[in-house]
Amino acid sequence: MLTRRDFFQVAAAAAVLSGAAGGLASAAARQAISQTDLLAFKPVGQVTLLSFTDIHAQLRPLYFREPSVNLGVGEVRGLPPHLTGRELLAAFDLKAGSPEAYALSSEDFAALARSYGRVGGLDRMATLVKAIRAERPQNTLLIDSGDTWQGSYTSLKSAGADMVETMNLLGVDVMTGHWEFTYGEARVKELVEQLDFSFLCGNVRDTEWDEDVFEHTAFFDRGGIKVAVIGQAFPYTPVANPRHLIPKWSFGIREDDVQKRIDAARAAGAALVVLASHNGFDVDRKLASRVKGLDVILTGHTHDAIPAVIRAGDTLLVAAGSHGKFLARLDVEVRGGRVVDHAFRLIPVFTDAIAPDPAMAALIDRLRAPHEKELARVLGRTETLLYRRGNFNGTFDDLICQALLAERDAEIALSPGFRWGSSLLPGQDITVEDVYNLTAITYPAVYRNQMSGAALKEILEDVADNLFHPDPYYQQGGDMVRVGGLSYAIDIGKPIGARISDMRLMRTGEPIDAAKTYTVAGWASVNAHTEGPPVYDLVSRHIERNKIIAMPENRSIRVAGG
Amino acid sequence: MSKNDRPALSRRQLLVAAGSGMLMAAGVAAAPRAAHAGPAEADEAVKKLIGGASIKEGRVNLKLPQIAENGNTVPFTVSVDSPMTESDYVKSVYIISEGNPFPHVATFNFTPASGKAEVSMRMRMAKTQYVRAVATMSDGSVYQAKQEVKVTIGGCGG
Amino acid sequence: MASPSIRIKVPEKAAKGEVFEIKTTIGHDMESGQRKDKEGKPIPRRIVNKFVCKYNGKEVFSSDWYPSISANPYLSFHVKATESGTIELAWHDDNGEVYTKTANITVG
Repeated sequence: MLTRRDFFQVAAAAAVLSGAAGGLASAAARQAISQTDLLAFKPVGQVTLLSFTDIHAQLRPLYFREPSVNLGVGEVRGLPPHLTGRELLAAFDLKAGSPEAYALSSEDFAALARSYGRVGGLDRMATLVKAIRAERPQNTLLIDSGDTWQGSYTSLKSAGADMVETMNLLGVDVMTGHWEFTYGEARVKELVEQLDFSFLCGNVRDTEWDEDVFEHTAFFDRGGIKVAVIGQAFPYTPVANPRHLIPKWSFGIREDDVQKRIDAARAAGAALVVLASHNGFDVDRKLASRVKGLDVILTGHTHDAIPAVIRAGDTLLVAAGSHGKFLARLDVEVRGGRVVDHAFRLIPVFTDAIAPDPAMAALIDRLRAPHEKELARVLGRTETLLYRRGNFNGTFDDLICQALLAERDAEIALSPGFRWGSSLLPGQDITVEDVYNLTAITYPAVYRNQMSGAALKEILEDVADNLFHPDPYYQQGGDMVRVGGLSYAIDIGKPIGARISDMRLMRTGEPIDAAKTYTVAGWASVNAHTEGPPVYDLVSRHIERNKIIAMPENRSIRVAGG
Repeated sequence: MSKNDRPALSRRQLLVAAGSGMLMAAGVAAAPRAAHAGPAEADEAVKKLIGGASIKEGRVNLKLPQIAENGNTVPFTVSVDSPMTESDYVKSVYIISEGNPFPHVATFNFTPASGKAEVSMRMRMAKTQYVRAVATMSDGSVYQAKQEVKVTIGGCGG
Repeated sequence: MASPSIRIKVPEKAAKGEVFEIKTTIGHDMESGQRKDKEGKPIPRRIVNKFVCKYNGKEVFSSDWYPSISANPYLSFHVKATESGTIELAWHDDNGEVYTKTANITVG
């Protein structure tokens, strides 16, 4: 799994940073991490692939807690990225309490966040990119594996335009997409026109004539060799998100087409073939084991931050996390049409250690200025850590479910298992911006309707199968649908229809009756014409009403088979 | 799209009709769920089409999405390895559903003048199921391939 | 149903011996016979049940369709170019009507 070389890169990176570990005061801890240390890297070969993914429109620094529960099933059980907390630290030889441990795991998150501060910020990302480009001007490519245009207040209000401007300034070379498509066909076409670089989707065809909608491959000359980058959009966009927004476009994994693109790229003289993919990690690991001639996959969608390159067959997989928290650097040496050597580092973007890039900082300020007052409006304060990531629940989703139940007078709440959204530390104010960071979607209506116990069971089974199907090609990514007012047990190792049991209405403790109907509130319906107030308004109102938020540990879901 | 652009009643629509919040549709005419074929009915249908010939795996390549985007119109492509000469060609390919009201979806009849045995069409899919492609060759041999397609309510990924 | 709209993609030219693709769509409800109307009465089946492709009068490909085929049927298939001439495509409706479309191809 980890090559000896990968191991030493990880260990060296950890050693550089771990000097700051322990009980140092936060300012001292931050000073101990330097921009120079973060950029330290011994270059290898002809090409430097810089990549990030799933920025989810985060322009500014934030807190982001990685999951403590991220289970794998079947062949990938216990393999990265299905390692969390102490297991993850042990697998990658990271010291508890170190900056790397803070960036990569959920262990002791709130305390370490106070020591090491926020992460990300596109102005910091820009500084790192510029520094590496200055060092390797003829060798560097910057690749964005998608989910860039959505996930914030400003991206929603500008319908993605703020991200197009910032990505153009950052100098991205190619990107692919997923949430981008939730702006609808017409807007996607407009924004693609505004990009200074290619939007590559080799797996999107029109539903009429079954022909390519977007470009699929871009070629670059770097370090004296020809590099081909193929784009792979999220294969299940019309299933996981509203199809009615893109009715003329069809997606899918289309493994045979990936192979055809690789073969065509090789025939055109590419010595290095890279897939910028939004398949999700397990799908890409399977794809890598089945196609030939693919050197590197820069994988996105599942938001995994893995501090080493993972090998699958002859392919190197890079998983660069999310929310602008990491910049991945993979240097490769190519000889005779194959990668013979490589070096990798997943660089954590520790906000306070990196000087902001003035041009990017100015652009971000300009883009935010018209909205700054509303973004900063305080709705309340949280006494407990609020986060989203985790297979079954997150405290911010528990808060959203609480809001749905209260504001729509429902017995049961359903909230989608999205993986994007920032975290809030105990004692932090909750602003309008924070609420949008977890709810900014183009189909925000909160519905309220009657649903039978049988239908509820079917929904839980269906979503569980999309997450825990033993064949990754049948998984959609995302996490389990979040529930409020409902408790259940799940055995993730069982087949569809047999995973969910002991569903109970928490208000009464009674078992859910398949034949009875319940009042259910939820959001992010993929169906057109869903009616109800926008979720960000509803959640904001709920927080304003309650002022002080404290979310207890969620004990309503019992998990087996992990 | 046509006003009748829907299968007898897909699982997706069944959930909608049942008032699923994930999809929450209004105005979908609730029709009774049609009886669906299963693997046994599919076997029976294949037997009627090819008689007692033994079926081998291989030569047939059937491509469908792993998860259907739209149960009303699921694209499939089938191709069969064959030189397509006068003496050695693919005669017919049968598409068989294990989960729709009628197992037989379509038959494609080729000749050496087809050049290659490869077709694409789109089918309705009432629920998660296996689809089979059974090919009869000019020498009387029979080959098949099958693939599972999941019909899901979706809506929670990301 | 009014006369259905038919659209096809046939190459204008092909080299002798080349295998070329033909793509077709026809606007048709493909009423399956499985559905009921608002009053609960069964809606009778009416589908396109057969497709035939002739090349200079000779049948080179045909297909039989059943109610599982989607509305507005799309079909892609292949033909081997042998000589210049006419590609004739025909769709047979349950009601006995036959809808046709032709295209010319130059082979050289």
